[in-house]
Amino acid sequence: MSEPSARPWDGARGVARVGTSRVSLGIDRIRCDGRGYCAELLPEMIRLDDWGYPIVSSERVPDHLLDHARRAVAACPLLAIRLAADGRSR
Amino acid sequence: MTSQWLWYTTRGAGVISLVLLSAVVCLGLLTRLRVRGEGWPGFLTAAVHQDLALVALFFLGLHIVTAVVDPFTSLGIVAAIVPFGSSYRTVWLGLGTLSFELGLAIGLTSLARRVIGARLWRAVHWLAYACWPLAVFHAVGTGTDGHSAWLLGITMVCGGAVLACLAWRLAAAPPDPLAQLRSARLMAGSDR
Repeated sequence: MSEPSARPWDGARGVARVGTSRVSLGIDRIRCDGRGYCAELLPEMIRLDDWGYPIVSSERVPDHLLDHARRAVAACPLLAIRLAADGRSR
Repeated sequence: MTSQWLWYTTRGAGVISLVLLSAVVCLGLLTRLRVRGEGWPGFLTAAVHQDLALVALFFLGLHIVTAVVDPFTSLGIVAAIVPFGSSYRTVWLGLGTLSFELGLAIGLTSLARRVIGARLWRAVHWLAYACWPLAVFHAVGTGTDGHSAWLLGITMVCGGAVLACLAWRLAAAPPDPLAQLRSARLMAGSDR
């Protein structure tokens, strides 16, 4: 399915109405090595800057993206990305 | 006939393990090289690396269980657990036992990565550089098939692939994407 938003990392506005979880994504900037797997697996909420480091949406993860978010977290070779309850991910 | 069937399984599973293990090592090196392309995202290299590693451990288990169970060789369970604890081809078999235990440690720490943390996981993962050569020496040295042309051929292809990936890994630029930028800036004489 495609999102109407042209910049989905701003927070998928149309999606929030469908149902939003209570978790958000957090990046450990020290650990992150810029492998970019997270952005490949969750492009709806993560994009990469010019050097390949992730820019992560601060929004709560929408319900329909939760599985993808977990997959992105699990794929990180540096264990630098995590899902946490509101306000605890950064 | 029954014991022969076990013996063939042992040898077959061993060769498959060697090929899979080599592929796993190659893919592991390729993840560090950030290999990706059109239709092949980076996470896929890592995912195939992980999945193939599990398949390799399965075939290693088959290789070991059929060897121990086989009444003809009468290796005993000790040879499968204690390195160099076998009276049959002590050294060459011991290398295989050692290699399997290193591989098992790498696999288990990978599964428990979230619990043990990235540092310890990475430290144990370096044992792959010991695990793979030990497996190769075990394959060629222990082998009933050690001097047969087909096994030597397979071993050379596996070894060549791993050495090529390793050479590429060593020759490649530092994996830190900012490193090149910093050095470029330094060369340009910028003060920032």
